[in-house]
Amino acid sequence: MKSFNFHSIKSVKEAQKLASGKSVYLAGGMTTIPAMKHGLASYSDIIDIKNIKDLSGIKVSSKSIRIGAITKHAEVASSKEVRKSISSLALLADGIGDAQVRNRGTIGGSIANNDPTADYPSACLALNATIHTSNRKIHANKFFKDMFETALKKGELIETVEFQIPTKSSYEKFPSPASLYAMVGVYVAKYKSEVIVAVTGAQSVVYRCKEIENALNSNFSASAIDGVKIKSSGLNSDIHASSDYRAHLIKVLAKKAVTGCK
Amino acid sequence: MQRVSLVINGNKVSREIEDRTLLSSLLRDILSLTGTHVGCDTSQCGACVVLVDGKSVKSCTLFAADIDGSKIITIEGLANNGKLHPIQEALKKHHGLQCGFCTPGMVMSVVDLLKNKKNPSDQEIRDWLKGNICRCTGYQNIVAAVKEAASKM
Amino acid sequence: MASLVGSRVERKEDKKFLTGKGRYTADINLANQTYAYFVRSPHARASISKVDVSKASNAPGVVKILTGDDLAEDKIGGLIAGWKIVSQDGTDMKVPAHPPLANNTVNYVGDHVAVVIAETLDQAREAADLVRVDYKVLKAVVKTSDALNSKPIHEGIDKNLCFDWGLGDKSKTDEAFSKAEKIIKIDLVNNRLIPNAMEPRASIGDYNPSSENLTLYTTNQNPHLTRLVLSAFCAIQPEHKFRVVAPDVGGGFGSKIYPYAEDAVIAWTAKKIERPVKWVAERTESFLSDCHGRDHITHAELAVKNDGKIVGLKVETIANLGGYASLFATVTPTYLYGPLVLGLYDIPVAFCNVKAVYTNTTPVDAYRGAGRPEATYMIERLVEKAAKEMGIDRAEFRSKNFISKFPHQQCLVHNIDSGDYSAHLNKALELSDYKNFENRRTESKSKGKLRGIGFSTYLEACGIAPSAVVMSIGAGVGLWESAEIRFNATGNISVFTGTHSHGQGHDTTFAQIVSDKLGVPIENIDLVHGDTDKGPFGMGTYGSRSLAVGGTAITKACDKIIDKGKKVAAHMLEAKPDEIDFKAGEFIVKNSNKKKTIGEIAFACYLPGQYGEIKSPLPEGVEPGLKETAFYDPVNFSFPAGTHICEVEVDQDTGETKVVAYTAVDDFGTVINPMIVEGQVHGGVVQGIGQALYENARYDESGQLITASYMDYTMPRANNLPELRIDYTSTPATSNPLGVKGCGEAGAIAAPPAVMNAVIDAIDIDISMPATSEKVCNALQKNKKNNKEAA
Repeated sequence: MKSFNFHSIKSVKEAQKLASGKSVYLAGGMTTIPAMKHGLASYSDIIDIKNIKDLSGIKVSSKSIRIGAITKHAEVASSKEVRKSISSLALLADGIGDAQVRNRGTIGGSIANNDPTADYPSACLALNATIHTSNRKIHANKFFKDMFETALKKGELIETVEFQIPTKSSYEKFPSPASLYAMVGVYVAKYKSEVIVAVTGAQSVVYRCKEIENALNSNFSASAIDGVKIKSSGLNSDIHASSDYRAHLIKVLAKKAVTGCK
Repeated sequence: MQRVSLVINGNKVSREIEDRTLLSSLLRDILSLTGTHVGCDTSQCGACVVLVDGKSVKSCTLFAADIDGSKIITIEGLANNGKLHPIQEALKKHHGLQCGFCTPGMVMSVVDLLKNKKNPSDQEIRDWLKGNICRCTGYQNIVAAVKEAASKM
Repeated sequence: MASLVGSRVERKEDKKFLTGKGRYTADINLANQTYAYFVRSPHARASISKVDVSKASNAPGVVKILTGDDLAEDKIGGLIAGWKIVSQDGTDMKVPAHPPLANNTVNYVGDHVAVVIAETLDQAREAADLVRVDYKVLKAVVKTSDALNSKPIHEGIDKNLCFDWGLGDKSKTDEAFSKAEKIIKIDLVNNRLIPNAMEPRASIGDYNPSSENLTLYTTNQNPHLTRLVLSAFCAIQPEHKFRVVAPDVGGGFGSKIYPYAEDAVIAWTAKKIERPVKWVAERTESFLSDCHGRDHITHAELAVKNDGKIVGLKVETIANLGGYASLFATVTPTYLYGPLVLGLYDIPVAFCNVKAVYTNTTPVDAYRGAGRPEATYMIERLVEKAAKEMGIDRAEFRSKNFISKFPHQQCLVHNIDSGDYSAHLNKALELSDYKNFENRRTESKSKGKLRGIGFSTYLEACGIAPSAVVMSIGAGVGLWESAEIRFNATGNISVFTGTHSHGQGHDTTFAQIVSDKLGVPIENIDLVHGDTDKGPFGMGTYGSRSLAVGGTAITKACDKIIDKGKKVAAHMLEAKPDEIDFKAGEFIVKNSNKKKTIGEIAFACYLPGQYGEIKSPLPEGVEPGLKETAFYDPVNFSFPAGTHICEVEVDQDTGETKVVAYTAVDDFGTVINPMIVEGQVHGGVVQGIGQALYENARYDESGQLITASYMDYTMPRANNLPELRIDYTSTPATSNPLGVKGCGEAGAIAAPPAVMNAVIDAIDIDISMPATSEKVCNALQKNKKNNKEAA
């Protein structure tokens, strides 16, 4: 691993002051550190944001849940508030990687990294999340740009992620048996006004599946998805799965998610 | 360079280390605590699992500087005055180890599981152990050992 | 003292592993140590015009950079293929040079080009980045099926063919087929696997310029053979000045039998720079450079009578050797494969043809089972298919063709001494509740799952032997084993074995044998292995040979101890040696109560004379000391066999396939420690399930390994496995006095066909291993479509 300067800082201001084109914020490091080990990424400065107290914790209101960026997956998974308000979100967190990843990995880290096979980005889209950063608020629809690319600007730091509580919701993942990342994951959330279906693992970036949303908006049932055609063109095709299989899984998982919605 | 102060297996340790030093490297290469193993470079195999402030983590995916001030328990520090932890005893009794390479990480992971769950089911044990790869045992005797350890704690 | 043989004795080696006190190669650090990092080929095939180390040499901390040129200058020899195979046309196999550092050409991604030695590992790695290699990329041959039709990757090796080997009587086989009432055909691919012992390979070289002794610590199953190869063929250091130590080794499964290029380079480099050199593989390097396993393409045909009796078998296999011929690469698809294609069936004639080919992929060598899993996969898939096509129950079809009288001379090679194949089949039928399977199938269907059942009745040949026979068919070494029992004056024992334990629990099993044999408590017995400076030359651990061959050598050495003890005891007890009985640690004069314990005898042997009140003179002509060595060369292989029955459930929507029930009933002959044997079966079966459902080493068209990490190569994990049901039957082996047969590989041999037969039974369409969710899902879609069209 290339050498770098490690900074442990206590405030968002301090973090931003240190940030440069060659720095990275560390919020768990579950993807960043392996990438550095393999020489796929290198930085001059690593800015550890774990000790910024304001970025931690879970706050629930009647309409939304706000989760601090450095909240660990294990904390979200075991949070009574999250389980009560959006149980699917707690279950999603409980299914990320393995126990040790959940003990270190954070929601902010996952979202900022925007791995196309990560789970949290689908929750952000499906649960109408607002990403509160050091500079502004960004709606999830505008946050995930492309593979490992987000709307975050240089030095901009995610502070909290705010999820809108749906009437019911469910997340279904088909993990790659090798890496445990999502081969495909489908998040279905039903609101009074609309149904949102977010898909991860299938394209270069998480996206909303309009075809299934349309079907579910007119008839919220698993059978409504039967008639939907999912095109495989544009879907990922790699060692883990072909685009055809991913297209197939999207439907299968969406149906399962609808059936499992609560 | 960074000064890092930790309490490892009850002993205060303070060292000047390179910023890029991983916890696994601090333990193995600098402190000669070679019971913690490194079996992969993608944070998958779990041979390097230790407890940091009571929680199991993969020490190969953690900068030592990132956990300054923490309390760490490694496989070397688990037995209490020579008395093995129940999972260590149970793995021996149930032949839950063969080559022994994954064992330290497996043990530390199970210690964390048993803190969280008093009487885990087979499936809960198996799900928890997803992050620990064992090539020798087929996991069956490990699962049996975890159940026995749970019943004794 | 109760007998220990046959009991579940807890392992002596466990405590150190459970408390972090194991000592693996990577745990060793020597004073003044340097670190090595290898520059490896990023191309599957290329010629090298220049290796420029000038910039790298000036990088911080660099001690030395060595290339193939330096190796040639020092006249360091190449790695060898240890078993000469002769083709059907009488010509010898063709083997390319395999220098430990490339000499002008590289032949797989990960092939060794240069080694950088530096003060720290980071410095070595950073400097390695600065080594400039001018590659001319050449067209690579990647697929097994392409090799014979491609231009040679090695000069002078036409069609990339190492050998075209035949076993059996071709004309008689053809005749049987011409008369056959029914011919069943099958085409199979045995997928390439990556062994993935959890401990990555490592080597540390340490040269002592004063004594001129070289020590190599390495992750190896076979330290004496490693020393022999590095001395005799690589010419790094004469054997008597060369110590190879394999300390605790974290799993091998075959992948650590043979010396690797890294071992040769590290040993040579340490001597050259006169400082210790340490190399530890990163997992990615393990994926690229540990020898892979399997990788066969096979067409097979079974000739059968209408009543289900098999009358002949034809097998044609292409075996991929990878870029070079590794140490056991040539015997694995021939003598470890060919004779076993008959399974445990009474087949009157057979012919097996194997063409071994070179491709620009990682070398393929022995991996748990080595040849026998490939043979078993072929015959068990074929037999299951035959039973189905002929409408005969799978158990009945098998049992109709079982060998039933022993000894049985098979038509190819083996003379099987003992077995009772109906016994394990019947026990497995009962244990798996075979008769109620259809109820379970219906039950699964009601949950939307397809359930299938598959059988595998296998035969294995372990403990390759005798030496004279194996050497007559090309082996470069004899396959005997050594043991030495050193009784210490204070009554405890050091047992030296030439086998090596890397998870198998020899420290315990072998001590159980010695404890029973000599009547010494197990805690006073210590097994020593893995150090060429300590025990006599041994042949290491592989092919499930350790107990049958090494254990027997120990027994023989114990017998010699008892013989000497009788002489000494007779003298002390004023009797004749033939009047002395030895039982439970005591030498007793027949029909008397006069006796001496074995401890007293040991004491006498070391202190012959008067010591205080103790008088212990030795008889005339008996040398002092109590230490005996035995070398044992078995008269035959041993032949474990068994029945494995697998049930799978397939999710119709996703194709996800899970093993939901697995029964294994094995006949390993005498079982010394049932707990350890159970563990071997569990581990073997799970590796077999891994091959059938998950594992697959894949290359892209250019020869890049695209499954080079745990992110991409699926290892079986705890959460996707069932609880296995294990039981035994026993017909002791007659080829060794212990009656043992070997158990280390059985699971990996039996499981793949059992699982795949179950998958195919569930989905009713033939697919290849591994049965990934996608592959199964596609098969189900295809079936649906076909059914629709048919309707």
